[in-house]
Amino acid sequence: MKKTTKEKIINWVLFGVMMIVAFFMLIPFFWMFSTSLKAIGEVFEYPPKWIPSTFHWENYKKVWTVVPFGRYLLNSLVVSGSITVLHLIVASMSAYAFARLNFPGRDKLFLLYLATLMVPGQVTMIPNFILVRIFGWTDTYTGLIIPNVFTAFGVFLLRQFFMTIPKDYEDAARIDGASRFYVFSRIIVPLSLPAVSTLAVFTFVFQWNNLLWPLIVVSRDYMKTVTIGLASFQGMYGTSWNLLMAAAVMGVLPSVVAFLVGQRYLIKGITLTGLKG
Amino acid sequence: MTLKTREGVAAWFFLLPGFAGFLIFVFGAVAVSFFLSFLQWDMLTPAKFVGLENYVRLIAYDKTFHLVLKNTITFVLGTVPTRVILGLLFALALVRNIPARTFFRAAIFLPVIIPTVAAAMVFRWIFNADFGLMNEFLYSIGFSNLPRWFSDPKWAMSAVIILSIWKDVGFSTVLFMAGLQGIPSSLYEAAWLDGANKWKSFVYITLPLLSPTTFFVIVINIISSFQVFDQAYVLTGGGPGNATNTIVYYIYNNAFQWFRMGYASAVAWLLFGIIFAATFVQFRYQKKWVYYE
Repeated sequence: MKKTTKEKIINWVLFGVMMIVAFFMLIPFFWMFSTSLKAIGEVFEYPPKWIPSTFHWENYKKVWTVVPFGRYLLNSLVVSGSITVLHLIVASMSAYAFARLNFPGRDKLFLLYLATLMVPGQVTMIPNFILVRIFGWTDTYTGLIIPNVFTAFGVFLLRQFFMTIPKDYEDAARIDGASRFYVFSRIIVPLSLPAVSTLAVFTFVFQWNNLLWPLIVVSRDYMKTVTIGLASFQGMYGTSWNLLMAAAVMGVLPSVVAFLVGQRYLIKGITLTGLKG
Repeated sequence: MTLKTREGVAAWFFLLPGFAGFLIFVFGAVAVSFFLSFLQWDMLTPAKFVGLENYVRLIAYDKTFHLVLKNTITFVLGTVPTRVILGLLFALALVRNIPARTFFRAAIFLPVIIPTVAAAMVFRWIFNADFGLMNEFLYSIGFSNLPRWFSDPKWAMSAVIILSIWKDVGFSTVLFMAGLQGIPSSLYEAAWLDGANKWKSFVYITLPLLSPTTFFVIVINIISSFQVFDQAYVLTGGGPGNATNTIVYYIYNNAFQWFRMGYASAVAWLLFGIIFAATFVQFRYQKKWVYYE
């Protein structure tokens, strides 16, 4: 009895501490949103106002018209979406071969794939940029998408998952005359849905937030993704803080909405894989 | 065809789409990058083979490289221990049954998933020396000599570090939470029956059983911190001077602003070497403190 009272007190103390932590974690979001609705005069007022006296929603409209922000969002969606879909196809097929099929040199090849996980992206970035130039892929979706499809992490993650699926399911289907591709697409992949969807979410978020690659292969405005759109918008409107914050809100909003919808899933995914964007 | 060859053919049917891409954009790119690091090439005039000159210049003479290396190490030392310790403390609080823990977990994790670019834009405003919230806050708690974050080389890196801790502490927190939840509660009950107090259970049960997670969190944090770029690009542009210029930023500038493809490749390979060595050392010494069941 005494113990539970003590535990309860500790929990409430921790609750207080975490309230302070949460305050510091969330204040930048609040401040971003608050500033985005202010008139420029109010931005520089002292002491700062937490809530704007009037809400200037037209700041958002202005950002939307001075730069093609809708186009940036569309580009990010197309690029991140395509990379995710292609990566899932390529990685799951490779993972199936590594997990289930015997062929000469399999383990050595798998080790070679694994070894590439250690190589930082900056090493391959320069040759891939040169290649994109040679192929004439600068300022194209192809250039933004294709070089980012091939990473070993997904292959590794899915192989580990595929190996936990009992082989009996597969053998039974094979005896009934199913092809390997049927087994792969109708049995293995559906049974691996938790791992596959985790990989999908992470690939998408990571690519959505990618700055460096779009920065080097895109120069025309209409091919910009949200990240470089934001960076160049900051270059143009350096001290119009209300407009900058309105742009930042629009850059953050898709991620925040996706997070609030799929929060449990995303966090489960991280703990499942320990993956970092 | 024998069964064995048929299986080999099937395997290559599954492997080929990925393998073709890997051959070009990964294996090929790694090889080409290594080769490039021995060249002097601006993409316009013919390339010149210079042997080890790029590496020699970087290691022995390039003052800017030494500075960006030092800055990057400062960044790693400034972010990694804080993220690991705060992440562990937050996780210890959040695995308890405290009120509103789902809300706290969401608040701590939310910054992890937003684009670093957007986060850096907000922090550029918060750290604004004249009108920013940060100096407002410091002033209100009694500081009068307020830092000019982005024009003072002494303070600019601190701003980059604070942003990065805020942005990524949630990642370590979530990993630690998973690690803590994996420790069987029967162990704590047994220790309690044996008369161990909370502190003793923490030191003799929690820390050793959590050590594989701790190891993983440290390794991942170090690898990603060495590759810092986005924060510096948006928050400070590497400045003032080169005060917040980092290794990856230096690669970016060399390759895509000054078109020194060979030199930039050599920097990239040195970064690879540094990350590899840092990771290798940790794996080497994990036996001393990481406890595997």
